[in-house]
Amino acid sequence: MAGLELLSDEGFRLDGRRPSELRKIRLRLGVFDQADGSAYIEQGNTKALATVYGPHEVLGGKGKPLHDKVIINCQYSMATFSTNERKNRPQGDRKSTEMSLHLQRTFEATIQTHLYPRSQIDIFVQILQADGGNYCACVNAATLAIINAGIPMKDYVCACSSGYVNNTPLTDVSYLEESQGGPVVTVAMLPKSEQIALFKMDNRLHVDHLEQVLEVASKGCKDMYAVMNAAVKEHVSRMAKSMECS
Amino acid sequence: MASIQLGEGEKTFIIHGICKDDLRSDGRTCLSYRNFELECGVVSNTSGSARLKLSNTQVLVGVKAEMGPPNPLNPSRGGIEFFVDFSANASPKFAGRGGDELAAEISNMLGLVYKNKKMLDYKSLCVIAGQCVWTLYADIVVLECGGNLLDAIALAVKAALYNTRIPLVTVHKDMDGTEDIDVSSNPHDFVTLDTKNLPVLVTVTTVGSGHIVDATLEEEACSMACIVAAVNKEGAIDGMVKKGSGSLTIDSIYKMLTSAKQIGKDLNKSLDDFLSKKGSDMSSKGFLT
Repeated sequence: MAGLELLSDEGFRLDGRRPSELRKIRLRLGVFDQADGSAYIEQGNTKALATVYGPHEVLGGKGKPLHDKVIINCQYSMATFSTNERKNRPQGDRKSTEMSLHLQRTFEATIQTHLYPRSQIDIFVQILQADGGNYCACVNAATLAIINAGIPMKDYVCACSSGYVNNTPLTDVSYLEESQGGPVVTVAMLPKSEQIALFKMDNRLHVDHLEQVLEVASKGCKDMYAVMNAAVKEHVSRMAKSMECS
Repeated sequence: MASIQLGEGEKTFIIHGICKDDLRSDGRTCLSYRNFELECGVVSNTSGSARLKLSNTQVLVGVKAEMGPPNPLNPSRGGIEFFVDFSANASPKFAGRGGDELAAEISNMLGLVYKNKKMLDYKSLCVIAGQCVWTLYADIVVLECGGNLLDAIALAVKAALYNTRIPLVTVHKDMDGTEDIDVSSNPHDFVTLDTKNLPVLVTVTTVGSGHIVDATLEEEACSMACIVAAVNKEGAIDGMVKKGSGSLTIDSIYKMLTSAKQIGKDLNKSLDDFLSKKGSDMSSKGFLT
């Protein structure tokens, strides 16, 4: 594969991780004051920012209000400087449109949509730096932003990708690993009920290996959940403390 | 900009404060600037980047240096191009193509100011005359819109350009006379840009009969016209534009320019001081703080 050894004989990946290791995650809730909810996440060098507006009245050309559930409007965009090769447009290309649609499907499956009939929730995510696993970072950031906005969900949605190299499944693939042409499976999961809200696979993978790869991806989602949950709890307790003080 | 709706009473309150008492709703005088937070080197895969937060306004600028063919009219000079992206994060109004018009207006304004030969040493960005030059792509993402956007953008652009590192290239001739470009493989071999002549933009907004700098969204809603001046560190004006639907008298424009010059000089000074200390940072905490 293009001369790059994705997994060394000693079992280390290009960035020094073990196959089942996630990249360093750093996150923050409530980065913006103006939005109803916002969050920022870094997974290794992938950086994503999510904001949530709503629930509010149906605005713009988003169709008619639905009488039984809320409309979820998602937009995925990438800063023009986020990739190694500069992009010409932040959004509106096919890939971003596809990503927006995927996000919309994922969150329609998790937000308690029946609670806000005739309304709309906007979820905007922006990739500031892209280094693989963009979709995962977006889902995780958007989940945190929705929690920050106080919108009820069935469960967290956590996303993680996994690849398959030399008969070994890899968790949380980076751009370098993604771009070598191997299979990449992206899973968005509700960790408690283990339901899968989104499943996507690029390139070819033998069906016999699928179980292993999925296993690793779902483990990654659960690890992600642990980190996110801890951050949310810390954020909430900090908020509670600052309320006490005032 | 992202406008907000104000009642007549609220507007009167703001206008009276400014015209009569030189006092604004956040306690500032007419010609005082808010504190801003600036950070360089936020996005590690750019040549240079900066994030600026001015109260509720937040912008992120990434500069990427790319090699390419020069503009045929100026074959021995590099260039700079601006692109403004109004992120939907700032307001749902900017979703889709909602921010495009405003973005074009701002990038044109910046392009106009930076077109001047004296701004940057464009000649040093030339690698092989007529064949290959560096083009700097300054991409601006507006993340939050809380008034006085143009000033914030110009400050962040200047900081990001200061932060920019362009890889060192050497040109050597082959036996048959063709020129070869050699990019240094050592990441510590780089050149930086001289940003000392770069101006900042100062927006002076008329409110009632007075004028203010660094207007908030509420104050922008009370105003009919403003002028935007590009002021360099000596207080000279490199470009000027009047914006808004109202009209101004020549007299008031002079007064506003005098204020803009002074504020611009001070802003440049504090920005330069900051940049000489922290401007070369390459790894900062960004949004985590």
